[in-house]
Amino acid sequence: MAQAVAPSKGMTFGEAGSALAFAGLALLSIIIAAKAYTPEYAFHAYLFAAASVAATFAIVNRYYERPAQRPPQTIGGKPNYNMGPVKFATIASVIWGIAGFTIGLLIALQLAFPALNFDTSWLSFGRMRPLHTSAVIFAFGGNVLIASSFYVVQRTCRARLVGDITPWFVVLGYNFFIVIAGTGYLLGITQGKEYAEPEWYADLWLTIVWVAYLLVFLGTVMRRKEPHIYVANWFYLAFILTIAVLHLGNNATIPVSIFSPKSYIVWSGVQDALVQWWYGHNAVGFFLTAGFLAIMYYFIPKRAERPVYSYRLSIIHFWSLIFMYIWAGPHHLHYTALPDWAQTLGMVFSTMLWMPSWGGMINGLMTLSGAWDKLRTDPVLRLMVVSVAFYGMSTFEGPLMSVKAVNSLSHYTDWTIGHVHSGALGWVAYVSFGAIYCLVPWLWNKKELYSMKAVSWHFWISTLGIVLYISSMWVAGILQGLMWRAYTGLGFLEYSFIETVEAMHPFYVIRALGGALFVAGSLIMAWNVWKTISAGQEVEEVSQAIQPALIAAE
Amino acid sequence: MPAAYKFFAEFAQTWGLLYFVGVFLTVLVYALAPSRKDRFDAASRMPLQED
Repeated sequence: MAQAVAPSKGMTFGEAGSALAFAGLALLSIIIAAKAYTPEYAFHAYLFAAASVAATFAIVNRYYERPAQRPPQTIGGKPNYNMGPVKFATIASVIWGIAGFTIGLLIALQLAFPALNFDTSWLSFGRMRPLHTSAVIFAFGGNVLIASSFYVVQRTCRARLVGDITPWFVVLGYNFFIVIAGTGYLLGITQGKEYAEPEWYADLWLTIVWVAYLLVFLGTVMRRKEPHIYVANWFYLAFILTIAVLHLGNNATIPVSIFSPKSYIVWSGVQDALVQWWYGHNAVGFFLTAGFLAIMYYFIPKRAERPVYSYRLSIIHFWSLIFMYIWAGPHHLHYTALPDWAQTLGMVFSTMLWMPSWGGMINGLMTLSGAWDKLRTDPVLRLMVVSVAFYGMSTFEGPLMSVKAVNSLSHYTDWTIGHVHSGALGWVAYVSFGAIYCLVPWLWNKKELYSMKAVSWHFWISTLGIVLYISSMWVAGILQGLMWRAYTGLGFLEYSFIETVEAMHPFYVIRALGGALFVAGSLIMAWNVWKTISAGQEVEEVSQAIQPALIAAE
Repeated sequence: MPAAYKFFAEFAQTWGLLYFVGVFLTVLVYALAPSRKDRFDAASRMPLQED
């Protein structure tokens, strides 16, 4: 063939527009940094400026490096998937996971041995605790969700991700938000709202990133080649959409000034508390549940090589779950100034939630019917199945604890911490580990993980860690609750507060030991992921090499 | 305010309840209708399909 005419190369609207927008943001950030009220805020403004300048350069540089033609939608009849952002988010989740688990271990040790805050405000429990929760939920969990959602939506829709720069903007912008949030806690910038600590400017940035995330996901679903939208995508969509609504509702704040990190929320008093826990519990329901159920619905059938046990059950439990979760928040405010009827409402809906939750658990577990033997040979599948079992356990414990009579004993005690961690370590982290162990060989085109033995070690070490963690917290929490409500014959409190703190010490040490085992497991995973990418056995591309030759022979 | 509370409470306890029951029944009918059996059987295998 004669030489193809080279198409003229020009910047797309997206490239030019985003490069200009980032240049503008860099300028604005420098102005804010110069006039900032506090040095901490100036530091954040400089971070925004540096990131914006880097983004502008990256976009322009990418334009010069790339070929004139845009990447095709399909290659040889197969969808040309965009897996770059998925790879980045997968690696990021492993790194953030280790960071988040390690900070958790540090604060567990601080509770047992308070000297470990080393008398600095930087390492004080009050700053490290939100750093831990945000690192594990939003940094580790969030990156797993972004990676897996971008992977699953492409594979189940048989379509390339919508957008060219936007998917990268979602992944990198989200991780930049994590950096701003995390460094903010260390510097003492916080709204003081649990799981919603970042201040107004970080919230605003996250809103932009999240809208872009929604558009990329929705656009890819609309581009699908399959007529049916697979159930995992429904769960991802519910997660993305609801988190956007929750984020906006609970962060309706007015900043003191554009030059100040401080803002005030428009809600007041008990209304603010209700909005906060409407947000807080639905962060559990839609971030930590719906999103990870989506992972369950793709990765377990795929790994077990079995169809979903009951697709009908998946539809029924999806709609029941999302309609009920949204009402459960008031159970965080039992015996407070919140009106009694609202507390009861929250309790009733939390109790009813047991059913849709177990619908999901049954569906996940029974997907293995006909493939139970794989549990013996495949530690990755074992991780995911145990995660679903933990999901079932913690979604039974949750409704139980939301009952007012039980809550009067459990609230403010370590039982709550134990419950959260049976969900967070057992369910969320395990299903994430399973997804990471599946994704890494698929994304880097490897036959299998570098070491299955290491996965087994990871599984057993961290399972032991979880068991130590939750059992010590059950004992600690119930002991604490009973000591707080113990009265003498004369009607005085039997124990002073410090006596209850002293009684917790052995359990705090056991909990820290469990945390150390969990961290150790995550380090094994990081090593395994690293070795798989760098030294794993490549998949031989037999079919693709032979096919063109066959066609030529015809 | 008490009048507003009474109005909203009554509305939620009657129409709100009916709305939820209605949504749930619609989902049940959609999910369990025998005519959709083949479609859902195919959908349950979607993760297993290769390109």
